[in-house]
Amino acid sequence: MDAEIQGFCDALETLDRARADAIFDEAISKAALEGRSPIDVVTALIMPALSEIGRGWHEGALALSQVYMSGRICEQLVEQVLPPSDPDRKRQPRSAIVVLHDHHMLGKRIVYAMMRASGFELFDYGRMELPELVERVIADRLRVLMVSALMLPSALKVRALRDALDARGYPLKIIVGGAPFLMDNALWREVGADAMGRDAAEAVTIITGWMEAAR
Amino acid sequence: MDSMTRTLTTLGHRAPDRVPLFLLTNLQGPKALGLTPKAHFADARNVIESQIRLAARYQSDCLFPFSYASLEIEAWGGESIFIDDGPPNAGAPIIQRPEDILRLTPPSIDAARCLHPSLEAIAALKAHFGASIPIIGTIVSPFSLPAMQMGMGAYLDLIYERPDLWARLMEINEVFGVAWANAQLQAGATAICYFDPVSSPTMLPPALYRQTGHVVARRVLPQIKGPTATHFASGLALPVLDEVIATGTAALGVSALEDLGALKAAARGRLSLLGALNGVEMRRWTPAEAEAAVKANIAALAPGGGFILSDNHGEIPWQVEDETLLAISEAARRWGQYPLTWVDDERG
Repeated sequence: MDAEIQGFCDALETLDRARADAIFDEAISKAALEGRSPIDVVTALIMPALSEIGRGWHEGALALSQVYMSGRICEQLVEQVLPPSDPDRKRQPRSAIVVLHDHHMLGKRIVYAMMRASGFELFDYGRMELPELVERVIADRLRVLMVSALMLPSALKVRALRDALDARGYPLKIIVGGAPFLMDNALWREVGADAMGRDAAEAVTIITGWMEAAR
Repeated sequence: MDSMTRTLTTLGHRAPDRVPLFLLTNLQGPKALGLTPKAHFADARNVIESQIRLAARYQSDCLFPFSYASLEIEAWGGESIFIDDGPPNAGAPIIQRPEDILRLTPPSIDAARCLHPSLEAIAALKAHFGASIPIIGTIVSPFSLPAMQMGMGAYLDLIYERPDLWARLMEINEVFGVAWANAQLQAGATAICYFDPVSSPTMLPPALYRQTGHVVARRVLPQIKGPTATHFASGLALPVLDEVIATGTAALGVSALEDLGALKAAARGRLSLLGALNGVEMRRWTPAEAEAAVKANIAALAPGGGFILSDNHGEIPWQVEDETLLAISEAARRWGQYPLTWVDDERG
């Protein structure tokens, strides 16, 4: 791994905010001198670092609290250089994240921070029940919906979401994530999702892959 | 050998007649009586009747009158939000801002009427079964309770950014946790399951656990007047196994995602293991798949004793079919007889 990315990862994992700030600021300054935009730094530094941290959690080397705090730090860094209205954020499919039927918000908060820290703009729907969610998805003309679940009954509700959208003839890419899907690798297909993110960074990878495939 | 003797033998790291089976069927109770979880757990008589029925049906080696985790939040003045096909969730956080901790006081067990049906159920089951079968009481650890008191994200912020208020919250929670555990033991519970998912390395780095959840457990467990089993509710444990052992707990709930061979090797003769059937996958198991899973768990964890077969989360999901639980029970009897010669035979 690139020494700069490794150093940034180390700073995030140890919650060394000052060091993370310094590495990021230096990368932004260097990019400006070379005529590159802040989104290039997000792509070259933050996204690979968060991906590495996500992989570390999935492999058991890091804890969820480190993923959460890393996402928070990076989200704040990106907000400083890439405001919500920045044109660089506009190339993405209309996306949202939601907690369906569940009451556990941490997973959503982590993924939302990861997406924002990776330069994505997306709706945060908070917590919703099925009928309200279907109407909101259609009204917002979403293309991608991320559903975070901690409880098994909530994970199983994704099936009803898919069926309701199919009944309305509305095409939507659904990415699911959370403990029930990690415990049962077959569950995401069973509920009709298009993909499962094993960690927050994978959601970014999956959507980026879909964007590239659509070009 | 009765269930109590079987369990105590394996906790002594010796081989009993067969592997004890702890089917943690609290969510099967409402189904057995045709009730919603809310109606079922509101009345101790329902819990008593369902536990007696389920004990006979599945031949489990323990009784599990646990209702749901957010019951403790109700004792603190919060609420539970019920659903009809699973455990309730805790409602709005009782700690909205970190400073709210400063005006929090621990509820007394006598005053917290929502806890009383659980105590009544434990006492009635003890009267019915005597000392022939362990009755498992439960508490959410004082360290993990804030995940429901304030929400997990806010709790992580508190741990990292407000250690002063975190310490104050632990003082308050520990008073309640110890009292709630001892009330259950006094009512007739044999042991206390100490649910502590936030302490798992899945949630916190081991170094931070050593400064937080571990310190709390070392203060709390010695004050509980009976044996305890620590449960990380599907979280990993191996990186902190030595610290878990140092808390004085008798057993540890094991995740299906853990390296079972490595965990058994590290725990052998030091800490009994409880698990590690995958409760989420269990929902779609055929009887043959249930049998295969039971065999795999016994082969990995049962040799030499120190093992209780159970699910890996501390609660079997509502969606698991009766047929599957019967298949698990039958397979535990068939393949759990000591000596486990078939394990050696299959390893060649």
